[in-house]
Amino acid sequence: MAEPPVIRVEGIRNQFGSQVVHDGLDLEVRKAEILAIVGGSGTGKSVLLRTIVGLIRPAAGRIEVFGTDMGKAGAKERQRVETRWGLLFQDGALFSSLTVAQNVQVPMREHLDLSQPLMDDLAALKIAMAGLPPDAGSKYPSELSGGMRKRAGLARALALDPDLIFLDEPTAGLDPIGAAAFDQLIRRLQRNLGLTVVMVTHDLDTLYAVCDRIAVLAEKRVLVVGPMSEMLQVEHPWVHEYFHGPRARAAQDSLAATSVAAGGTAS
Amino acid sequence: MAEAFWLEEKNGEGDRLIFEAGGAWDVRHAGGLERRLRNVHPPATRNVTFDITAVERLDTAGAWLLHRVIKSFGEAGIVIEYAGVRPEHKVMLEQVAAADRPAEVPPKPSGSLVEILARLGAGTLEAVEEMRQVVGFFGRVMVVLAGTLVRPHRLRFTALVSHMEHVGFNALPIVGLLSFLIGVVLAYQGAVVLQRFGAEIFVVNLIAISVLREIGILLTAIVVAGRSGSAFAAAIGSMMVHEEVDAMRTLGLDPMEVLVLPRLLALAITMPLLAFFADMMGLLGGGIMCWAVLDIAPTVYLERLGDAVGIWSFWTGMIKAPVFGIIIAVVGCLEGFRVSGSAESVGRQTTRAVVTSLFLVIVADAMFSIFFAKVGV
Ligand SMILES: Nc1ncnc2c1ncn2[C@@H]1O[C@H](COP(=O)(O)OP(=O)(O)OP(=O)(O)O)[C@@H](O)[C@H]1O
Ligand SMILES: [Mg+2]
Repeated sequence: MAEPPVIRVEGIRNQFGSQVVHDGLDLEVRKAEILAIVGGSGTGKSVLLRTIVGLIRPAAGRIEVFGTDMGKAGAKERQRVETRWGLLFQDGALFSSLTVAQNVQVPMREHLDLSQPLMDDLAALKIAMAGLPPDAGSKYPSELSGGMRKRAGLARALALDPDLIFLDEPTAGLDPIGAAAFDQLIRRLQRNLGLTVVMVTHDLDTLYAVCDRIAVLAEKRVLVVGPMSEMLQVEHPWVHEYFHGPRARAAQDSLAATSVAAGGTAS
Repeated sequence: MAEAFWLEEKNGEGDRLIFEAGGAWDVRHAGGLERRLRNVHPPATRNVTFDITAVERLDTAGAWLLHRVIKSFGEAGIVIEYAGVRPEHKVMLEQVAAADRPAEVPPKPSGSLVEILARLGAGTLEAVEEMRQVVGFFGRVMVVLAGTLVRPHRLRFTALVSHMEHVGFNALPIVGLLSFLIGVVLAYQGAVVLQRFGAEIFVVNLIAISVLREIGILLTAIVVAGRSGSAFAAAIGSMMVHEEVDAMRTLGLDPMEVLVLPRLLALAITMPLLAFFADMMGLLGGGIMCWAVLDIAPTVYLERLGDAVGIWSFWTGMIKAPVFGIIIAVVGCLEGFRVSGSAESVGRQTTRAVVTSLFLVIVADAMFSIFFAKVGV
């Protein structure tokens, strides 16, 4: 039997007032895969992430994470699941009155019993892994640039070495070199730790470079799920436009070029 | 049950020491691992092997702890060999080693006498600076106000009316209730003392003078500073945090004109109205109490009121109202603009807005008293 999915979302319905955002949405995330969620602005990608982590209660449907039914789980069960995931919000959502290092230490302080020096070390480690300079740790979020805040948010999401990580547009606002390094970082973490990654992204380079499967959100549900090669075959107009537009072709070409170059040096 | 993680020391061939690590070296066991590793010190041998074949799970926290031990061994001049390193663990260790760099720890305040004196000095300078800013800000507001007087169509009329509703109309119940109760208390306390001298009729004078000259307006100022001064600071402060004020500037809107002026005018206009209402409620409360405790009929009370105070007692109170309103609005808005970055800063500046505006209101009140005494009203 195949391994049970890390996340199973069934028949989710979300609604704000009279505006229905999701209706009968199903999604499965497998263990140790990188799943990308794409869709137009306002199709409810962020809302879907917030629903899975329990910040929004769906009007209908079932959500299972690590085999725990989040709708029925008690506080203790929920907390056990919560320490196993990390979340990077679209705009960072750092605690503005704490320094970056303290932000990273918040989940450690809450859930683990570590000495302060070790927490300082681990915070510095995560900050370095997220690609921030050493002096960023003692800065306050308001003193950072937008891209740096994003990296700080990632450092905090990684604080507990989670098994599952949600990223809301992680590479938006990063310089291209930083974004590529970020892609590699995600890839490496996923390989080394068996991390499962669910990310919302519009970065076609990221989609090509690291994502195992892509879920397209449209018409209030997950329209199609599958690897890149399948996406290219989909007939739906929006999906077709998305994966065959000029930007998509450019990303495809650059990927092909790099793999040819890599192949050349290897032989 | 076996331990979730372990680290054992064994003797190898020659003087070689072998450390065997195993189990889950991950963040969930990091606390225990750290305590375990505290007892591990660089041995006296030259050669050490780390055998991590049995490590089942190694994440960044575990790798970091391992890296730290190995580094301390290395610094003690020990040659280290690895055994049983799986590729994924190797990457992890490399990654941790690559990210190892001295953490910058900010210096902690020491709390010595010099430190305390320095803090006192800094605090004083800050207070002086704040007063300077209040004056400077007031000047800028006046310039904008003058500009608006020349071109009245620039005034945000809708915002002004909405602020007047919030700071004025919505404050009526609380201002009225408090003044009424203070009137009652004054009458009662006055009656207790003055009855002893058979001078209970002078309770009316007591109520009239204290309510009209001081209490009505001060009470209004306190309520408004607490309700609206703080609201101004918090609203503008959170706009600062979200860069809304900067956005406004780039769109060619003057925050002074858009945010400050409507609030300032709203308070300057509604404060006298609120103070008047407070005066009336205070007198009403006093009158009812006089009737109930001292048997002074309402008609007598009203007659006495007319005799006891000149019209100037009323005006001395009312003149102060717009001034206090302007002080509260200016300080509230200024503290809002002084918010920097964090949510905590919003809270701090909101508190400051209330404290500073009340302080300035009392100072201004004292100056008014001296002035009125000099001109003899
Ligand atoms: N708290 C809320 N109250 C009302 N409507 C909301 C709320 N949050 C989201 N919505 C609506 O739900 C829809 C989906 O929003 P969501 O933030 O998920 O978009 P998105 O897919 O993440 O878009 P983007 O790519 O721009 O981030 C939008 O139409 C939005 O207006
Ligand atoms: Mg979004």
